[in-house]
Amino acid sequence: MRGNVIKAVEAAGLQRFRRAPLPRGYTDYVGRQIFLLMLTVQGLVAFALITLGVILKKGRVAHTVMQPRIRAEINRSGVDLMPMFIFVALALGFLVIGQTLSALAKFGATAYLGSTMVIVVVRELGPLLTAVLVLARVGTANVIELGTARALGEVEVLEAMGIDPVHFLIMPRVIGTALGVFALTVYLIIGTLGSGYLFAFLQDVPLAPGDYYRQIAESLSWMDFALLALKTLVFGFFVGIVTCYHGLSQPLRLEDVSRVTVRAVTQGIIVCVLIDAIFIVFYLVT
Amino acid sequence: MSEANDQPAVIEMRGARVTALRDSSLVVLDDVNWTVLPGEFWVVAGPPYSGKSDLLMHAAALIAPVNGTCRLFGHDNSAYDDSMIADRLRVGCAMSDGKLFNQYTVAGNVALPLRYHKNLPEAEVEQFVGELLKLLELTPFADQSPVNVTTSWRQRTALARALVLKPELLLLDNPNGGLVARHRRWLVDFLEQLWRGHSFFDNRPMTVVITTDDLQAWQHPRRKFAAMHEGKFSVLGAWGGQEFARHHVVQDFLSQPSETMN
Repeated sequence: MRGNVIKAVEAAGLQRFRRAPLPRGYTDYVGRQIFLLMLTVQGLVAFALITLGVILKKGRVAHTVMQPRIRAEINRSGVDLMPMFIFVALALGFLVIGQTLSALAKFGATAYLGSTMVIVVVRELGPLLTAVLVLARVGTANVIELGTARALGEVEVLEAMGIDPVHFLIMPRVIGTALGVFALTVYLIIGTLGSGYLFAFLQDVPLAPGDYYRQIAESLSWMDFALLALKTLVFGFFVGIVTCYHGLSQPLRLEDVSRVTVRAVTQGIIVCVLIDAIFIVFYLVT
Repeated sequence: MSEANDQPAVIEMRGARVTALRDSSLVVLDDVNWTVLPGEFWVVAGPPYSGKSDLLMHAAALIAPVNGTCRLFGHDNSAYDDSMIADRLRVGCAMSDGKLFNQYTVAGNVALPLRYHKNLPEAEVEQFVGELLKLLELTPFADQSPVNVTTSWRQRTALARALVLKPELLLLDNPNGGLVARHRRWLVDFLEQLWRGHSFFDNRPMTVVITTDDLQAWQHPRRKFAAMHEGKFSVLGAWGGQEFARHHVVQDFLSQPSETMN
């Protein structure tokens, strides 16, 4: 238990390496940055595996304490963000679908609408935008809360009580962001497709609602649903992992928290884009 | 109290190098040789920032020493993991400033270890925690957030949380720091009762280790004393002994008026 939290970063030796004197020369600088990147990746992967192990091993441990914490995190990462996502769905419907639909109608190409929407909204924009918004709203809060808890010594208090900090602090957050990103993506897609048609209707685009939804339904395959679920859960999991890793394993002083928050958001976006790229390859192959 | 000294040591440090929690490269104490036997009451004195918290962290197996060995209930600290959770639950630990969780009430903080580790019905948890809060005079604050109670009551809440699993070893980091005189006197008396065996804790004598920067408050002929100063850990023995009186840290402390007497 002890060391679970710090194991990843200590194994990577990040702290010591960051404090090393600055190397001279451009090649030294590039080398140092590449090495730092590799150490960060190693730390993140180790932390993700530790967290996954704790979720699988201790998922049912202390459920009277953990269930309310998990519910609270799902609320925070999902339910509480619904108003913002309703607004984003309306805006996205107008920006993407309303505009695309009216443009396609000018060329009489409305028959391609379904496949265009599925590729743009269902496969790409919906999951990625949701992950980035959850990262901005919940991920930053994770880093600040955990960083402050670490700086104030609350993590050691948990360990002194025999409570695994990864189980108590990380597991609910990671489950919350994973389920939150999944659920919000579904609502965002439904809201965007609905509001998109509404805007198109207001612009007098000659497309019946039945035709619009039939085109979308025909463009969707079972693989889209399966990959959407997998992709959003993976996005959410890694949004939780990256932010919790930076919040819990590194900052030991309060003044470090803001700097680490910025780093966590940057790395969170990079991780989401990389995961998205892997899924794009998968879509192209299948 | 200390009749059971033929039993294995509760805490045993041999040549241990104690490092800071915040920076593992910073050595706080070197070559610590210390044995705490069951039923003993140890007072470790040291000036502020001398590494008292770090020493307790090592004693509680929260940090492994860089050099030497540190054993808790006979188990090597460096090999501490989930399989030794049972030993961890034999230790009650209260850090300096209480370090309570503000998202829980005072009662919620105290109940947390019980709810986490024991699969008890909620009614049973509430009843036990209620009795413990009553014992520590915390009942009026039970439903309040820790941010709304004074430092003295926060410290007492942390003590209640450390006691909720009925530990055999109680580690308290500067427990009288920031307390008003009434709370200091109460604390000294209460810890004395715990050490002798309190009926709430099945009359079982508790091993107590505290760190302090107010030595006079803990004066007692049957307590054992140690001092920390400039990276060195010295076992002083009983109050008033030759080693005790000679140590310059003791002389420094005794030349200051005790806050408990105020």
